[in-house]
Amino acid sequence: MSTPLLEVTDLRTVFHTPRGDVHAVDGVSFSLAPGESLGLVGESGSGKSVLGRTVMGLIGSGATTTVSGSVLLGGRSVHDLRPAERRRLWGPEVAMVFQDPMTSLNPVKRVGTHLTETLRRHLRCSRADAVERGIDLLRQVGIPEPARRMRQYPHELSGGMRQRVVIATALACDPRLLIADEPTTALDVTVQKQILDLLASLVAERTMAMVLVSHDLGAVAGRTDRVQVMYAGRTVESGPTRPVFAAPDHPYTDALLASIPRLGNPPHTLLRTIEGNPPDMGRPPEGCRFAPRCGFASARCAEEQPVAAVVPGGREVACHHPILEVSRGR
Amino acid sequence: MLELAAVLFLVSIGVFLLLSLVPGDPAVAVLGEGRTPQEYAAMRHELGLDQPLLARYGDWLGGVLHGDLGTSLVPPQTGVLERIGSALPVSLELAVLGLVLALLIALPLAMWSAYHQGGRADRAISAATFGLLSMPSFLIGIVLIALLVDGLGLFARNEWVRIGDSIGGNLHHAFLPALTIALMEAAMFTRILRGDLVTTLHEDFILAARARGMSPLRIMLSDALRPSSFSLVTVLGLSIGRLVGSTVIVEYLFALPGMGKLVIDAANQGNYPVVQGAVLVIALVYVASNALIDRSYGLLDPRTRRAHA
Repeated sequence: MSTPLLEVTDLRTVFHTPRGDVHAVDGVSFSLAPGESLGLVGESGSGKSVLGRTVMGLIGSGATTTVSGSVLLGGRSVHDLRPAERRRLWGPEVAMVFQDPMTSLNPVKRVGTHLTETLRRHLRCSRADAVERGIDLLRQVGIPEPARRMRQYPHELSGGMRQRVVIATALACDPRLLIADEPTTALDVTVQKQILDLLASLVAERTMAMVLVSHDLGAVAGRTDRVQVMYAGRTVESGPTRPVFAAPDHPYTDALLASIPRLGNPPHTLLRTIEGNPPDMGRPPEGCRFAPRCGFASARCAEEQPVAAVVPGGREVACHHPILEVSRGR
Repeated sequence: MLELAAVLFLVSIGVFLLLSLVPGDPAVAVLGEGRTPQEYAAMRHELGLDQPLLARYGDWLGGVLHGDLGTSLVPPQTGVLERIGSALPVSLELAVLGLVLALLIALPLAMWSAYHQGGRADRAISAATFGLLSMPSFLIGIVLIALLVDGLGLFARNEWVRIGDSIGGNLHHAFLPALTIALMEAAMFTRILRGDLVTTLHEDFILAARARGMSPLRIMLSDALRPSSFSLVTVLGLSIGRLVGSTVIVEYLFALPGMGKLVIDAANQGNYPVVQGAVLVIALVYVASNALIDRSYGLLDPRTRRAHA
């Protein structure tokens, strides 16, 4: 295995709010090789978006936030860099695609400006050069009539087209790592697949690493090499995507997979849901955070926090009663 | 344009009626007290005040449309238009200068404040603007005079210098009254813009701009300022109109022959043609500046352009 591009170790993000400390990310570790793609899945509120932003350094320690642990991007500690140095990473090293293309493009700026200002900021190229590259980028993300689109404003484009613009902007300076934060959640179902396939093909073409944050397991399946399942700020299970989804070890992953509606089901099949709600992150449960909602929970689960254990097949699971033991070992 | 004309028409009726209904006899204003009733009646006839209201309005409006606002009742008995012609430039200059100064003060303060939202600078700026807003404007003027004229001797107290006579002298004289106005307006502008900037800075596109490696200053100027300036621009439009007509206190304080002083003096003397003419012109400035502001929204936000076109 080559040296990792991204190495995240015991990362914690704590927001200090008037109602107490919220541990949005609570000791997450993972690493990513160049060109590798990782799916970060979990319910809303599981801390996956905050994790993505903390990894990038967009969220850092400040008056209301404390970040601990380490993020090494290409061997450099993102959170120890001076702000100006960190900004130099944002674009050429790591870039982000945001959830809602309706709000992540500046409504008063032309499409082209988003692209050219990014290019000129990092590559120090001429205006004409930047425009030419911008048009080329729009073409690469499958936007017809790119030269005309450059002069349009975001509101003149459809949601799917706007997200393509966002992706083009993120790719402008050829980042080595792309963090896509729920890139299709705000889009029409028919457009979602197009955008996901576009991302997957761009990642493959450029041997760019990608962290795909999503609550949609279907988005991650088949488009990422590995998957990391988050619950209440912690990793519950991680491993190669296909085996994890084929036979989940953690009861939470299992429950998530079971709650996906399937076309093969007979009509009027009752959709399975996970009982209860994710915990209040201001006051999370003592032991395993999933215990109150877990069908396999024992007394031990409520008291003792499970540690991630390595299981065969390059997988890790943080559970006192992983399914492999319960079902397959039986 | 039709709306503007309609507004001005309504204003003309209002101005005319208001002054016809207020107590006080214009004939007394012209002749002074202690004349015989016959003399007053003759004067009222001469002024056309014995005509029916509608006829008088028609006469006046006809005159206005031909650029004749009537003649001052009180000496010097010059045309109303001339009186306004000498007062309006003073007020306009003061208003524009004051607003430019106010923006020069407010823009950096609001951006600094919003960027450090909740921090020490933000709280200090917020306290200072509140302090200024709760102070009457004449107090600011008096403090400035005490400090800069009497204390440091930076400015002399002297006669208003027309801009045509000496630009330097004019600006030197206009600076203090403009600053007095500016401090007041700047306090309000700062609060308004800071509030909108704070909202804008929480938008996704600001985070997205950060994620592209843009510097905070660049994000402030190029991404945040324009979408945050709607309220400010609206208030700016209202301020121009307001300042042209109602800087009386500042005008008195600094002995400026502006519109406010013209209206107040005329009203005290019962010199109704001057009041009518001046109020109409102030309304015109108000309506025109707001019409301009309405047009500028399209420049600020491309999304509003289609709707107007």
